[in-house]
Amino acid sequence: MRDTQENIPFAIRQFSPDQLKEALRKMHLIRLFEEGAEESYMRGLIHGTMHLSIGQEASAVATCMELTDADKITSTHRGHGHCIAKGADVGRMFAEFFGKETGYCHGRGGSMHIADVKTGNLGANGIVGGGLPIAVGAALTAKRLGRDDVTICFFGDGANNEGAFHEALNMAAIWKLPVIFVCENNRYGMSTPATYATAVKNIAERAAAYAMPGMTVDGNDFSAVAGALHEAIARARAGDGPSLVENLTYRWRGHSKSDRNRYRTKDEIEEWMSRDPIARFRDELIAHGILDAEGAEAIEAAAKQAVADGVEFARASPAPAITDVTKFVHAEEAA
Amino acid sequence: MNAQTPIAEVQTREMSYAEAIREAMALALQRDPAVVLMGEDIGTYGGAFQVTGDLIDRFGPDRVMDTPISELGGAGVAVGAALTGLKPIFEFQFSDFAALAMEQIVNQAAKLRYMLGGEAQVPVVFRMPSGSGTGAAAQHSQSFEAWFGHVPGLKVVQPSTPAEAKGMLLAALEDPDPVIVFEHKLLYKMKGLVPDGWYTTPIGKAAVVRPGKDLTIVASAIMVHRALDAAARLAKEGIEAEVIDLRTVRPLDHATIIASVKKTGRLLCVYEGVKTLGMGAEISALIAESEAFDYLDAPIQRLGGAEAPIPYNPDLERAAVPQSPDIERVARQLAKGEV
Repeated sequence: MRDTQENIPFAIRQFSPDQLKEALRKMHLIRLFEEGAEESYMRGLIHGTMHLSIGQEASAVATCMELTDADKITSTHRGHGHCIAKGADVGRMFAEFFGKETGYCHGRGGSMHIADVKTGNLGANGIVGGGLPIAVGAALTAKRLGRDDVTICFFGDGANNEGAFHEALNMAAIWKLPVIFVCENNRYGMSTPATYATAVKNIAERAAAYAMPGMTVDGNDFSAVAGALHEAIARARAGDGPSLVENLTYRWRGHSKSDRNRYRTKDEIEEWMSRDPIARFRDELIAHGILDAEGAEAIEAAAKQAVADGVEFARASPAPAITDVTKFVHAEEAA
Repeated sequence: MNAQTPIAEVQTREMSYAEAIREAMALALQRDPAVVLMGEDIGTYGGAFQVTGDLIDRFGPDRVMDTPISELGGAGVAVGAALTGLKPIFEFQFSDFAALAMEQIVNQAAKLRYMLGGEAQVPVVFRMPSGSGTGAAAQHSQSFEAWFGHVPGLKVVQPSTPAEAKGMLLAALEDPDPVIVFEHKLLYKMKGLVPDGWYTTPIGKAAVVRPGKDLTIVASAIMVHRALDAAARLAKEGIEAEVIDLRTVRPLDHATIIASVKKTGRLLCVYEGVKTLGMGAEISALIAESEAFDYLDAPIQRLGGAEAPIPYNPDLERAAVPQSPDIERVARQLAKGEV
């Protein structure tokens, strides 16, 4: 009996069929949102640049599975997935991408600054490691005001060599704050391999220096991520302090739109594409009778429709008034 | 001290600039459970300049939090806490150390409201002991008001008296946006009458602390006192200098400066920060761009810090920033049309 139970992946045991189907929908939504953003960029509808997380969808969605609106996240410059996982509306996200007034940041933030503070999304961050101390501050607020919400702090492998990482982890540990540091190790900080830039083999080993648990998991395995986060969140909510979880994953696309991909091989990329976290999760749900193939197709089709509707909403939305360029700098100008 | 905050009906007590700041923090801690103090050695030690004093005994270590020596991380924690419902007052031991935390102050605190389209606010207060004169040399003596004054989203104040120090810190606390309070180290022991209770000295309003007709001297923080000393001596020669205490570096009180220069026709900007690209450049440009330009009877003069790091040798240290006799000399030349 025991063996049988353990052979069932954590997520299948832990979450209801509806929750699992919703998770699959969000993973498709992330993939399709980013493909839609890429296409819009090609068609000249979006300026600037973008950092796509295609290939990392399991990490974003599984990490956020147990969060409520009261729980907080901080995100990275590669943050679309985290926003959608936390519940952001793709229409308002596209509108922000398109620089429209209806976007999450009224067109002032763009891809790298999407936030929705009301639902606990404290924002993506254009500075590598910028969100780490901010997440600790959010956890400090929860503890000081006696709330039991937790903060998830997403960052990439590159951020683990920033001073902010070490200062943030240390403070979270000495004050036993309810924050979970989630490193999405996608193997490269821009072009620099983590194996070159970081002295330890696994970034989670650095948890030892801050007297907190460190776990390295397969970031393309939805259940492995959800299981690690379940443990870390329980620990945080119980007042036992922070944890560091490292999700090993891979970005299929380049660092940003300017990336010519000279630092990695086609074989490597293809090898990782064969480990598509979405297909893997979908197959797992089908294998455990949560879904059938038809149901899976319906979920993907619904996500596709949501993305198409989102693009349309963004296209039809008004641009900010040019005369409002200094609006929102200070509170008194925000009225 | 000069009576810049005359509140006749209100009870006042004499206290030092440091005590006035401590009283403001105590009032804030008492009034609002969301207020927390953070900083290096602000607890049992009482702060590098004894500004927090015994607040840890009165409010406990949960409200008066010693941070590790982690300026970047600590400032960032304050930003995150402010973003989510606390009102942190973060003390840097020396304003120089804010250089370690520039990322969180300039890239995060200052920009978050704007980047998020007004959907968030960061009501954090950064307190920074500033300026030279303590013999601590180049890495503990700088004046950074122009650095931070250059950043949209930040407010920057420089109180010059105990009453202002208390009132401006309380104003900073009531402000929903990040405010940097530069406290001049040499003023911490200065005594003055301070009103009881909660009051605010408005951010963005300069004060004419000595009226005059012959020239305008714009100064802030300790330079206000040096300018007043110079003005008192000049008055004996019949030169009446109007002295403006800027109080706020950003947003700058354009109206008070312009009105004064229109009256006197001459402007001397005195500031401790390095002269080049400093506060004097901004104030000069303000006049050059305004209707006051037509009222000028002489070229605008700037008296700022030397183009050098603050040196250790006491004579060199004094020579590196404007002193009262320097102000007197330049003001006299300006008033007599010798520049």
